Amino acid sequence: MDTEARQVIELGYGGNERLTMNMGPQHPSAHGVFRAILTLEGETVVAVEAVIGYLHRCHEKLGETLTYVQYPSIASKTDYVAAMTAELAYVAAVEKVGKIEVPRRAQYLRVIAAELQRIASHCLWLGTWCLDMGGALGGGATVFLYCIRERELILDLFEMLTGARLLYGFHQIGGVRYDVPAGWDRKVRETIDFVEKRLDEYEAMLEGNAFFLVRTQGVGVISRALAQDVGVCGPLIRGSGVDYDVRRAEPYSSYQEFDFKIPVETAGDCYARYRVRMAEFRESIKIVRQALGGLPEGPISSRPGVKSVGQVRVAKGDGYARVEGARGEIGAYVVADGGPKPYRLKWRGASFSNLSILPHIIPGHKVADVVAIMGSVDPVFGEVDR
Amino acid sequence: MPALVWTALAGFVVLNVVIGMVTYVTLLERKFAARMQSRIGPYYVGPHGLLQPIADAIKLMLKEDVVPDAADRWVYNLAPIAFLIPCVLIFATIPFAPGLGVADLNIGVLFFLAVSSLEIVGLFMGGWGSNNKYALLSAMRAVNQIISYDLPFVFAALIPVVLAGSLQMSAIVAAQAGLWYVAYPVIGQLAFLAFLVAAVAAENRVPFDILEAESELVAGFRVEYSGMKFALIQFGEYAHMIGTSFLGALLFLGGWLGPGPVWLGALWFLLKAMAIFLVITWVRWSFVRIRVDQILAISWKLLLPFTLVLLLATAFVVAWRGGGVVS
Repeated sequence: MDTEARQVIELGYGGNERLTMNMGPQHPSAHGVFRAILTLEGETVVAVEAVIGYLHRCHEKLGETLTYVQYPSIASKTDYVAAMTAELAYVAAVEKVGKIEVPRRAQYLRVIAAELQRIASHCLWLGTWCLDMGGALGGGATVFLYCIRERELILDLFEMLTGARLLYGFHQIGGVRYDVPAGWDRKVRETIDFVEKRLDEYEAMLEGNAFFLVRTQGVGVISRALAQDVGVCGPLIRGSGVDYDVRRAEPYSSYQEFDFKIPVETAGDCYARYRVRMAEFRESIKIVRQALGGLPEGPISSRPGVKSVGQVRVAKGDGYARVEGARGEIGAYVVADGGPKPYRLKWRGASFSNLSILPHIIPGHKVADVVAIMGSVDPVFGEVDR
Repeated sequence: MPALVWTALAGFVVLNVVIGMVTYVTLLERKFAARMQSRIGPYYVGPHGLLQPIADAIKLMLKEDVVPDAADRWVYNLAPIAFLIPCVLIFATIPFAPGLGVADLNIGVLFFLAVSSLEIVGLFMGGWGSNNKYALLSAMRAVNQIISYDLPFVFAALIPVVLAGSLQMSAIVAAQAGLWYVAYPVIGQLAFLAFLVAAVAAENRVPFDILEAESELVAGFRVEYSGMKFALIQFGEYAHMIGTSFLGALLFLGGWLGPGPVWLGALWFLLKAMAIFLVITWVRWSFVRIRVDQILAISWKLLLPFTLVLLLATAFVVAWRGGGVVS
């Protein structure tokens, strides 16, 4: 929090009348079911209390009752906007415990799926964020519909690959469940070329717009120290000048074989986070192109196809795997007891740790900035509440 | 008294024309917005969705009318009417063609500006009477914004008045016979631009729609309204916007002047007004909303001094060229 904001909080506007306002859990900009109890002084927010838990579905307990074969399809429901990476975190953790090899072709397919998912997720983020700032009856809706249009194309690719559009069940222990259908790689190339062209359009529409700039620049600044103290991850921490990405820090699924940049911005405001995500779009497209070009031949799974739900058993032990999802670092901690189900499962959701930044940065801003900042954090409440 | 009957009849006809126009302007806006967003827009009710506004109106009339328990009933129920009256009354002084209007007052522009800024009373009543925090915040924003933007709006609208030397609408149009004021060197274009910006703000459209702000304040001052009262507010808002579009067409685009016979004048006027309306709509569907403090800063630090200087400059130009006899 900068000093000016603190001054406003301490001194106020001379009046001492404060208004407590409930934003959510049912609110157009709640991004699901998030409740923020705002204390207002005029238009300025002086305190915010975040209330979460409205979407709690006992995901971790559910993980203990479902077998290693069943759960990956459910794991995608933690972060339903980027289901591929959520599945990947669980599967990778189990593979770590069981020391299960993953064939190279499967690793490449995982990378392709994860990066396409990142593009789709960022499309939805950009759309909803602009919707928050521009309103459902304004320019925001226009950006939203453009983004949804492009996201549809990516979902079409996933539908060709897995038969599903939102929750895929693509990953399984030891590899992936589906191989590439005929003509898919050509379709992927066409789609990402198309999306890449559209990205220039979005940037032209938003960055050439003075109103967009004044709404985002200098709003919701997370300093480098604050970002590290609170432990935010993903585009938030990269927007605050920390060069950290799990794909680079601890490569998984053969990410070390690809050539890509980790976009970093130093300003730490909403605009910096926007720039990071726009750059990630392009990096993801680059990775998909490389992975498609070098897709190795071979089996897609080191284990035989699924015949029964209890067929995967891993030895006693525990393991933690982390992947870089669209919103940041997703971790899964699995404790196995030798049976077909894990003894204990713990999720680390990127949105959960990102959301904890809100009480630090919102006070001192206007009501309108609350939704802009929340949109720039890009929380998915399936992942926060689990 | 035949004169009085005639005026009453004219008022009745204009009111109905306005209602019809508002109904179909919503369809125009929705189709236009849909085009911008690569959608189709209303399509299924009637051919190409032509009956959609009728269906919407019927739906709104049949909706349950809810009055919140905590609302101040008198204020709450009166607000839509208090909001609607000035929004419709502005049409009283607009001549749609030579001699085709309810009253071509000799202070027509002044009347229009005075009445159109009265809408704030209805807005504030709605926001206050709903007894809802979102509505209250919105009402506060409304007062801020409309007070800030009415001044530049008035100054911008006064520039053609100074150029024409008359406050009477028909006289202003007549003065543009040689040159539409939007084509007046430098002053015309700047004034038209300022007029458009101030009009968008005074009508609470995106990017200045902070009092509706559905992503922050849900729907602002009308969050508690439903059914016919909601329809009245919506109707008033569109009527105000169309009225302002007509004023813009009249002050800057030469009103009913255009090629062809005289009876085509009303059509030209309508087309020009709709062009202004579509520009406002175009702006609406391409910008994000700006924040309340930024809106006030734009008004007081930029638009108000700008229009004031422009008005003074216009006055000097007119005096220098030997005109400026205010009748």
